[in-house]
Amino acid sequence: MDDTARWTEPEATEIILRHAAQEGGLLPALHALQARFDHVPRDAVPLLAEAFNLSRADVHGTLSFYHDFRHQPPGRHVLRLCRAESCQAMGADRVAAALRERLGVDWAATSADDRVTLEPAFCLGLCAVSPAALLDGRPLGRIDADAVVTALDALP
Amino acid sequence: MSRVFVPADAGALALGADAVAAALAAAGAEIVRTGSRGLYWLEPMVEVDGPAGRLAYGPVRAVDVPGLLAAGMLRGEPHAVRLGRPEDIPFLARQTRSVFARTGIVDPASLDDYRAHGGMRGLARAIEIGPAATIAAVTDAGLRGRGGAGFPTGVKWRGAADAPAVRRHVVVNADEGDSGTFADRMLMEGDPFALIEGMLIAGFAIGATHGWVYTRSEYPHAIAAFERALGLARAAGVLGPDVLGAGFAFDIIQRVGAGAYICGEETALLDSIEGKRGQVRAKPPLPIHKGLFGEPTVINNVVTLGSVPAILADGADAYRALGFGRSRGTMPIQLAGNIRHPGLFEAPFGLTLGELVEDIGGGTATGRPVRAVQAGGPLGAYFPPALFDTVYDYEAFAARDGLIGHGGLVVFDDTVDMARQARFAMEFCAVESCGKCTPCRVGSVRGVEVFDRILAGVDVDANLELIRDLCETLKFGSLCALGGFIPYPVMSAITHFPEDFRVRATA
Repeated sequence: MDDTARWTEPEATEIILRHAAQEGGLLPALHALQARFDHVPRDAVPLLAEAFNLSRADVHGTLSFYHDFRHQPPGRHVLRLCRAESCQAMGADRVAAALRERLGVDWAATSADDRVTLEPAFCLGLCAVSPAALLDGRPLGRIDADAVVTALDALP
Repeated sequence: MSRVFVPADAGALALGADAVAAALAAAGAEIVRTGSRGLYWLEPMVEVDGPAGRLAYGPVRAVDVPGLLAAGMLRGEPHAVRLGRPEDIPFLARQTRSVFARTGIVDPASLDDYRAHGGMRGLARAIEIGPAATIAAVTDAGLRGRGGAGFPTGVKWRGAADAPAVRRHVVVNADEGDSGTFADRMLMEGDPFALIEGMLIAGFAIGATHGWVYTRSEYPHAIAAFERALGLARAAGVLGPDVLGAGFAFDIIQRVGAGAYICGEETALLDSIEGKRGQVRAKPPLPIHKGLFGEPTVINNVVTLGSVPAILADGADAYRALGFGRSRGTMPIQLAGNIRHPGLFEAPFGLTLGELVEDIGGGTATGRPVRAVQAGGPLGAYFPPALFDTVYDYEAFAARDGLIGHGGLVVFDDTVDMARQARFAMEFCAVESCGKCTPCRVGSVRGVEVFDRILAGVDVDANLELIRDLCETLKFGSLCALGGFIPYPVMSAITHFPEDFRVRATA
């Protein structure tokens, strides 16, 4: 995951303030923070509350509601495997079980060598090429465990 | 040198389309990146400009490119993977493409190309006839919401137009979360100006100045393609303070979801755009009266608005002439799961489920018998082959305790365990519940526990009775379709595939 930075409060504040004047700007601000830092730490909550004139509870409520926002930085690569029905019909459960074993990683967790974070997805809209995955945002279709491992090995 | 068209649709990219485009570009070909025609078993499907129109080749892998070039692909010469004219491929020849008339053909990064293929005629017509006649045309066409609810679009527009307001909104639901559906994604990637035109027509008709598109984060390519189209439309004066010099203002903001299925529910979607938890609102008030930021709002699905330009351009009568019963026009049906010909099949309502799955879809990809088809996403019913005579329209599916939803069909072969699928439905509901209604928030968790007992063969009859009872509570005690419709997949699995639950009773 390139172009991401270590969390610093001044930079986070600057990003947040860019969205503070937008109508409903909290979600875009959270996305911008995650795009920059790869996660949204709890430390962001008071900064967001201040900028959006909301209570910390309100900000926490929004932040914790959405599956996308991570509270810790992920591994070097993020693998989003689809677990929804179309992919199930094409053996996604088997592929996922094999990958969890071969990569040594559980759902919503990062491998011990920090190489890959495995995240479940409930539909990537790639149902016509099931089973499917996104590897660092790049779509992979008709996957098996070998194909995913090969794609992962080709990355730095 | 002739132009070569290579899809940049996410589904084609997932099969290596970028590498194919790079190999062709390295050989000096002029590449145009398009959307997908929707014939995914043939992707990446490459098309070459020729004197008699385009010729298709597919599936093409990057390693095949040198051989294809040597065989004279750029001149349309024969090859083992030459498919001929795409329009003659039976899967496409049998379709009636209206919403998807341009997808896979035009350059989604060119407003000129959109215009050259008939785009913007609908908006021009709307401006010519005025807002009231525009709404009347949409009403007369019989267009119903393609997101799943099937509500008459013209009636919704009339309501929002009549609501007194300082500011009105057009909100597009591009939170296409149902497994087995990808029509919104394909349109936004392959023909984004069609959505922009549909929104402009809606905005003009109801007197809205603000357009919002809520796109799910799982669609990074659709987000990028649509954002690019918005920039081009603004630069061309199609969006902005004076749309096409016609004297009305309209602009569009795209907002990105954050992985919550419930935000596909229209009121949860509004709360999410407002920056809140995506929780369902009680209705009334209806969004047409108090919607986004408490102001009158029309919320339509991507395909609904994508249907609008053709209705205006070609007339309501032409649109209404297609279809079946009270389901008028065409529906982009998405064939997915374990199916030989996965893809997008746009046709007038009225085909049977069996024709779609066995005939057009070619049966399963694995070659085994079809056992179940889930229609309409994770909240839709599982149909057994015994119900394959069901006609594809809103009312016929409802009469069989199902729904067509957003048009997805997910096929399963005979290795599927329907008790596990029923459990998954409950689990999905538990994970995705917004938490507002108790039956959905708590009932779904209890439902998973009950299914675990059924799967373990514990008191199967008593526990199935408990599930039936729970489904009744969910159906009548939930504000929205998540809790209200989850009984569809659960009960259809129990009703049509009782043997999968029985096995465990004796085990």
